[in-house]
Amino acid sequence: MPSYAPILLLILVAIALPVVIWNTSRLLRPSWPSAAKASTYECGIVTVSEAREKFTVRYYLVAVMFLVFDVETVFLMPWAIQMKELAVFGLVEIGIFLFLLLFGYGYIWSKGALTWE
Amino acid sequence: MPTLAHLLHLSPETLWMVAKVLIVFGGPFTLASLLTWVERRGAAMIQDRIGPNRAALFGKWRLLGLPQIAADGIKAFLKEDLVPPHVNKLVFWVAPLLTFLPAVMGFAIIPFGQSFVSGGQTYHLSLLDPGNGMGMLYPLAIGSMAVYGVLTAAWSSNNKWSILGGMRASAQMVSYEIAMSLAVITIFMRAGAYDPHQIIQAQWGLWNVLPQFLGFLVFTTCMFAETNRLPFDFAEGEAEIVAGYLTEYGSMKFALMYLSEYVHMVTASALIVTLYFGGWRVPFVADPGVWLSVLAFLVKLLFFCWLFIWIRWTLPRFRYDQLMKLGWKVMLPLSMANFLFHAFLMFKRG
Repeated sequence: MPSYAPILLLILVAIALPVVIWNTSRLLRPSWPSAAKASTYECGIVTVSEAREKFTVRYYLVAVMFLVFDVETVFLMPWAIQMKELAVFGLVEIGIFLFLLLFGYGYIWSKGALTWE
Repeated sequence: MPTLAHLLHLSPETLWMVAKVLIVFGGPFTLASLLTWVERRGAAMIQDRIGPNRAALFGKWRLLGLPQIAADGIKAFLKEDLVPPHVNKLVFWVAPLLTFLPAVMGFAIIPFGQSFVSGGQTYHLSLLDPGNGMGMLYPLAIGSMAVYGVLTAAWSSNNKWSILGGMRASAQMVSYEIAMSLAVITIFMRAGAYDPHQIIQAQWGLWNVLPQFLGFLVFTTCMFAETNRLPFDFAEGEAEIVAGYLTEYGSMKFALMYLSEYVHMVTASALIVTLYFGGWRVPFVADPGVWLSVLAFLVKLLFFCWLFIWIRWTLPRFRYDQLMKLGWKVMLPLSMANFLFHAFLMFKRG
């Protein structure tokens, strides 16, 4: 039974160190807030509107395509280390899978989903 | 080791684990702070400047500007910590941790030296012992968590530059991840295992970089994109969007974000070394022993860290449409071709 305790310990150390540093520096650092410091860092002109606005749909499209192709790689991973045992059967199966996927890849390419302007 | 463990009232296993955690955390951390100095001195060298050389220990010893690291640390430590009222406070504080954690955790699986036997017990020089079932899937999983750090920092800042940087960076990291995974799958096929110890074992006599040169190129490019280093530093892009997702950050929070970039770089270099350059292997030496193997690993690691810096100061930044084109229309087909080629090659050999 492998132990994942080292990872837990690593996470704890990696969280504890910044938290300790932040809290120690709180004792030493100055704090002189002012209205100018509190304003949004933009370009000097008074800020117009919230920053969390609508975004171009391309970003969402990338997210969707990523999901499709990432699932593909997840399917390939178990096959990659079992390919000798699965032999011809596995190769044909993965071939069909990849063909379908590459067909889809060609389709989204031809539709222009991969083009940014 | 057992004597020390007895003195501390700990079992030798626990002590060994704690020691390894300290190495795996402290090593990349120290290396990362050194790299901030190497970066600036290296940039100065490449651009025919002098670089930071004013900071001096007790006003006397300049040591090639090395005290600059300490000076920067003290400066960030004593700076006013400004949390503007327009940010989402909780997420704003958590974001630096979310950037830092994935960068540090990735190193846990990397074997940084040859396993050795002492007192009838085998000691593995990687935080996670072999046979944990995750193998190299673990750094891939952790690596993709890095996008949350950038995205939460950007969103919580509620600043237009930050959000632009965050959106760009997340789309970029996600686009290059597929090509990266495909390149790693090709490695899995050759080694027949996920485990980095076995991947290094399989590289005896021939490092993966030679048969899989294309995969190496794709993987390294993707690592540059994943760590947000130039020529892919769209998250910051200081000439375009001020400081990107870091715009509203200051003092120690900024220092942590800045350091995570370098820790991430160290982890990325370690991945490249493990997957393509035989990890701790020394050419023509079958059994290098602990010290030589650790040294070999370090030399390779430092070379790739330097490569990251070298490329940053050599290439200009891409345009965003070029980045997307490179990711989806060049890297993905290339790594797919690499994968198919090796799949058929392996199959023909039987």
